Amino acid sequence: MDVLVCVKRVPMVGGRIVVTADGLSVDDRSLAFTMSPHEECAVEEGVRLVERHGGSVTVLTLGPTEAVDQLRDAIAVGANGGILLRTDGREWGPQATAQAIAAVAERHEENTGWRYDLLLFGNEAADTGDYQVAVRVAHLLGLPCATGIKNLEIDVHGAHARREYRGATELFELPLPAVVSVKEGINLPRYPSLPGRMRAKKAFIEEIEPEWREEGIHLDSLRVPESERRQAVVLGRGVEAVPALVDLLEQLGMLS
Amino acid sequence: MSVVCFVEQDSDGVVMDSSLRALTFARSLSSQSGEDVLAVVVAVRPRGTAPAPAGGGGGSAAIGVARDAHEALATYGVADVCVLVLPRTVGYAPRALATGLAQLAGAARASAVVAAATDHGNEVMAHLASLSHLPMLANCFEADRLAPTTLRLSRHRWGGSLIEDATLEASVALLTVAADAVMPTPALVATEPEARTFTPELAETDLAVRAVESRDAGGGVSLANAKVVVSGGRGVGSVAGFEALDELAQLLGGAVGVSRAVTSLGWRPHSEQVGQTGTRVAPDLYLACGISGAIQHLAGCQSAKVMVAINTDPQAPIMSRADYAVIGDLNAVLPALVEALRDRR
Repeated sequence: MDVLVCVKRVPMVGGRIVVTADGLSVDDRSLAFTMSPHEECAVEEGVRLVERHGGSVTVLTLGPTEAVDQLRDAIAVGANGGILLRTDGREWGPQATAQAIAAVAERHEENTGWRYDLLLFGNEAADTGDYQVAVRVAHLLGLPCATGIKNLEIDVHGAHARREYRGATELFELPLPAVVSVKEGINLPRYPSLPGRMRAKKAFIEEIEPEWREEGIHLDSLRVPESERRQAVVLGRGVEAVPALVDLLEQLGMLS
Repeated sequence: MSVVCFVEQDSDGVVMDSSLRALTFARSLSSQSGEDVLAVVVAVRPRGTAPAPAGGGGGSAAIGVARDAHEALATYGVADVCVLVLPRTVGYAPRALATGLAQLAGAARASAVVAAATDHGNEVMAHLASLSHLPMLANCFEADRLAPTTLRLSRHRWGGSLIEDATLEASVALLTVAADAVMPTPALVATEPEARTFTPELAETDLAVRAVESRDAGGGVSLANAKVVVSGGRGVGSVAGFEALDELAQLLGGAVGVSRAVTSLGWRPHSEQVGQTGTRVAPDLYLACGISGAIQHLAGCQSAKVMVAINTDPQAPIMSRADYAVIGDLNAVLPALVEALRDRR
């Protein structure tokens, strides 16, 4: 089976987000980058499916030239090839992003004569959290779609995709080809091996430059919520703080 | 004109808290231009009974809106209630719900359609946005109408650690509402909404993907609802280190949580992960042990009433979020705390 996994390059923000002076982006000059957590699991899931059923995993990202790093990270853990939809650094909206991805899937079908059997996404990107690119791609390609999936099985009948919602398990049955977005916890992603890293270094990355499009949403500013910062009252150091901790638990009514 | 609000009920027909927040948001938006709120609920069929008859007439509200839910909608100032009836299917079918919402929004000449930013809310709205070729913004918590088709919105990014102010230009605004950022607030004056049923015209593809639901008998204290969460991070140091956390959680009648670092190391299962990509908790007490306080983690626990941090590093980011702190090694402090609590018994 042929799997296309879509990932997004995001900064590793750590303990605090800093916004640039113009208020329009996250100051990432001193930050490392990664792919969104759900997408690391999407890559792992794609690699496992292909290990089990044969085929290939192609990883795709839409982002600046540097986003090729995230494609190589995915190749290092088992993806077979990468596609970079290169942007000029502007933020892309979910509609334009979905159209660019759908165009890649359609072109793949024109070139090879067959479709990707499965398009995998993360449930939502860590930064913008738009929750919609996977669904939009499914509509553009006329494919069935399930989101937020925590357990995925593929057999001759298609995909069996499960998730938890409000204490119940929901099972979706999808014929292939299909679009599935996954959540962290579906698997535990592996670490790259040394040969994997070497392969990733040399792997050919295809580059495409799609055209940015306006889509009705204008970013005015980004800001860090204020009220949250406070300074903790120090109860003490080491085991000497235990009596104060017990008193606190008592006050909070936790010991009755 | 109206603002349409997609309302979720639990399996007993009670309106979900996140939907009460979405209703509050919808009412605030509608009042800015003298509009009404139209609440859309999905017909809940008691188990073991036949599906409701199709057909659009009123008077059969009993199949869809429980008395309690109807009362809640009245308290929240809803002008009309529409019960969406999906034929031939029992489970949740996101695209069918979106198609139904699209038809209702068209008939009501809706200026906006809103839903809670839950798994279902986000998914249904994404389908609606795709079907109608409109933009959609997730996790909003404030909206100001600047012009008939222009909204100024504030929404969460990074799980609430960053706020985006944006202007949306759309004939119908499609929005989901960040559950933890809008207080559920009843209307000053309750309404007396009438419930009518609506059976949307659906195509085969609308019903192709739908959920078969199953419920497991859950045992123990669930992390999401625990009153006390004892959480461990990389500072716990090992799998064995969690014994003290397990013990303390048990003594306090709470649940154990962990940071993403811990699940990535394979020390504990992802089901225990608290954070942006794990479970979101809102306990009375959150005890963060050996957790530095990355925003990925804080996004999942910032609704805790009281947060206590145990950490060797007084400069760790968690110290500016916690109410109380113990500076020290959790592997010494926790066993001593467990012993002290046992001695009291």
